[in-house]
Amino acid sequence: MQSQATYNYKVVRQFAIMTVVWGIVGMLVGVIAAAQLVWPELNVHEFLHFGRLRPLHTNAVIFAFGGCALFATSYYVVQRTCHTRLFAPGLAAFTFWGWQLVIVLAAITLPLGYTSSKEYAELEWPIDILIAIVWVSYAVVFFGTIAKRKVSHIYVANWFFGAFILTVALLHIVNSAAIPVSLTSMKSYSAYAGVQDAMIQWWYGHNAVGFFLTAGFLGMMYYFVPKQADRPVYSYRLSVVHFWALIFTYMWAGPHHLHYTALPDWTQSVGMVFSLILLAPSWGGMINGVLTLSGAWHKLRTDPILKFLITSLSFYGMSTFEGPMMSIKTVNALSHYTDWTVGHVHSGALGWVAMISIGSVYFLLPRLYGRSEMYSIKLINAHFWIATIGIVLYIASMWISGVMQGLMWRATNPDGTLTYSFVESVKASYPFWTIRFIGGAMFLGGMLIMFYNMVKTIAGQKAYDAPVLAPAAAHA
Amino acid sequence: MDINDFRSLITVLGLLCFLGICAWAYSKHAKAGFDEAARLPLSDDDLPAPRGRQDQEGKTNG
Repeated sequence: MQSQATYNYKVVRQFAIMTVVWGIVGMLVGVIAAAQLVWPELNVHEFLHFGRLRPLHTNAVIFAFGGCALFATSYYVVQRTCHTRLFAPGLAAFTFWGWQLVIVLAAITLPLGYTSSKEYAELEWPIDILIAIVWVSYAVVFFGTIAKRKVSHIYVANWFFGAFILTVALLHIVNSAAIPVSLTSMKSYSAYAGVQDAMIQWWYGHNAVGFFLTAGFLGMMYYFVPKQADRPVYSYRLSVVHFWALIFTYMWAGPHHLHYTALPDWTQSVGMVFSLILLAPSWGGMINGVLTLSGAWHKLRTDPILKFLITSLSFYGMSTFEGPMMSIKTVNALSHYTDWTVGHVHSGALGWVAMISIGSVYFLLPRLYGRSEMYSIKLINAHFWIATIGIVLYIASMWISGVMQGLMWRATNPDGTLTYSFVESVKASYPFWTIRFIGGAMFLGGMLIMFYNMVKTIAGQKAYDAPVLAPAAAHA
Repeated sequence: MDINDFRSLITVLGLLCFLGICAWAYSKHAKAGFDEAARLPLSDDDLPAPRGRQDQEGKTNG
């Protein structure tokens, strides 16, 4: 049946290519910001000052690089596992162009200094409205495709992608509620006040980590790890429990970003307890992904794409152990506001999010251009090693400088005065910031290798749209 | 009923609901369906023909 109908690969191709492009842009801005900490004279102009480049870096890597990877993979996975073409192709094209417009507007307004000052939600109200429209369109395309699926079961990866899309819509719309100064002004004020504003911001902030940076990428894990290893997921029933455990616990963990602040003490404790509970589903999911390889471990030796996917799960396990530990109030008293937090975020962002995205894009690109594999497997391997060494340098230097900063800031003399002035801790951090800069630059170098490999893979190939296949009899 | 009693009730119901899902997921009843679902991505051949691109229509069956 329908042998002429093809999957909508066009929008997947567009998002997959832009994943690599925005990855390079976002990480380059990160490397520049890291260099500015080592060599302050690089803060050449107010538009290019650290304070403005830093939010540009976070927005570019999370929403441009990570966002494009999520759009590309979710559109691919939902079509293939539902055995049907994407619902509303016009709207799907709109999500691509709309999302690119959001990214370009962010790249213009953030250096100009327009910011709501909410972390990971810095963009001002007109852009927030555009994001909401694009995101609701995304939900319509995704759930519309689910609704017209040709198989009875909704594969677990789609549950994770679906939860990510719904939750991010809710988080974005609630946290971005603001009152503009006037309709012609970019400036707005949050609809919430005082500690409520802080709590809503970190309810958003932590669930952006939990749903944007975790649930969506777990959707990738549940599809691309089994596909690349050619084995079914280790335990499907565990994946069901994994999903619901994440859904039931993540929403409560936000207060751990506000330890020892004006937030009521009981709220902080609730946030801490739920953060600790989160270890269980996180590790359940990680184990489920890694054990998918049982009986096929030899594939890791020869397949660098699988290396990316499995290493990403190792970093996921590491950072989801570290996170609950850092949410314990007494640990947080040492770690908060130090480089340890920065190291933790990057073990998640580079190790988990970026590596699983990179592995998934390497999986996708040849299929989107009618090839059986990438132009060079050796270059994927080179990318893997340079990226891994870069991450290790980055995280290890931040651990050391973070703990050092925490210890220096809390050290007191017998008479109660502080042992160190703040600037002494800054001075002591320089060597580690230099190592971090090198680690980040290596990770960026890996992305440039990927870009070259991508161009060579695409060159001379025509865009390919695979035919819609009828599902195997057992699934219909 | 006080609003806080209602909030506590929702929390307890949430926990019971989750335990119910766990019991269902690990029941014998669900096993066959899950085994089949786990094969869903694998029984779908998404590789183009081995010698690169064929024609625009690609392959017509898996």
